[in-house]
Amino acid sequence: MAKGRVGVNEERCKSCGLCVAACPMKVLRISDKINSKGYRPVEQFKEGCIACKMCAITCPDVVLEVFLLEDDKACNA
Amino acid sequence: MKETKIFEKPKSMVDVTTHYCPGCTHGVAHRLVAEIIDELGIQEKTVAVAPVGCAVFLYNYINVDAYEAAHGRAPAVASACKRLLPDHIVFSYQGDGDLASIGMAEIVHAANRGEHITVVFLNNAIYGMTGGQMAPTTLVGQKATTCPLGRDPKLAGYPIRMCEMLSTLQAPAYIARVSVAKPKYTLKAKEALRKAFQTQIDGKGFSFVEILSTCPTNWGLRPVDATNWLEEHMMPEFPLGEFKTPA
Repeated sequence: MAKGRVGVNEERCKSCGLCVAACPMKVLRISDKINSKGYRPVEQFKEGCIACKMCAITCPDVVLEVFLLEDDKACNA
Repeated sequence: MKETKIFEKPKSMVDVTTHYCPGCTHGVAHRLVAEIIDELGIQEKTVAVAPVGCAVFLYNYINVDAYEAAHGRAPAVASACKRLLPDHIVFSYQGDGDLASIGMAEIVHAANRGEHITVVFLNNAIYGMTGGQMAPTTLVGQKATTCPLGRDPKLAGYPIRMCEMLSTLQAPAYIARVSVAKPKYTLKAKEALRKAFQTQIDGKGFSFVEILSTCPTNWGLRPVDATNWLEEHMMPEFPLGEFKTPA
């Protein structure tokens, strides 16, 4: 299974929660922080992201960036 | 550990916060259009025509040349632009209040003339910007501020199915209905938009993509509940699929 990481542009997030519902691995949640517009931005709160991009595809505010994590060695099978 | 970015904001999308309500899927439709413009490499020769309605600030979010048309008149403005600048890619982006109500004449005749434009039609079954009034596409029984007990077909008729109606015409080349409520639909929506723009690039004629969208604020639902409501109630009334494809 691929490993990934989700980057959040916290100022753009409107805490609609669509990404939280779309994530198959349930690694996203609405955080306790508050951005300058008064919304609570989403955060990745645990490991387990599989870089499937479902969160980013469903985000209406293009808040999320998805990174694929790979070992430096070419083969890690 | 090596990090590779596999998803980022499309280049032709301006880096600002949109004015849309939380969970409004207008943003997803904007992003898909911007991604297609990037992937086809047509940013420099694309002209957008913005509607009246929630998407009125389209030109602030997608970085292409743009017009702001009078209410409902976007297909007429787009037709003129395409006829004067035939090497440009012209698309209009309209909501259901704009396209299916006040702009009904313009869209039907632009489609019937087979204008070489692309129309992106966002259907959320309600008037969004003006405060949740009944639209021509509002479902039977659906509540809105102008039908607080639900749409009554005896008084207000039935929702208009634009794709089915336009596909009775001979001229349109590509007509499809998609949704952006959930990722599985969004991926298909992008393919439909790509086909629509490709139809115009290939000079095959009029292309039309209807996107079923949510309006959590005026539906009175949380964003996630709104996507489920769309699946349960809107999709049976407005079946997804391609109605016409270029020969």
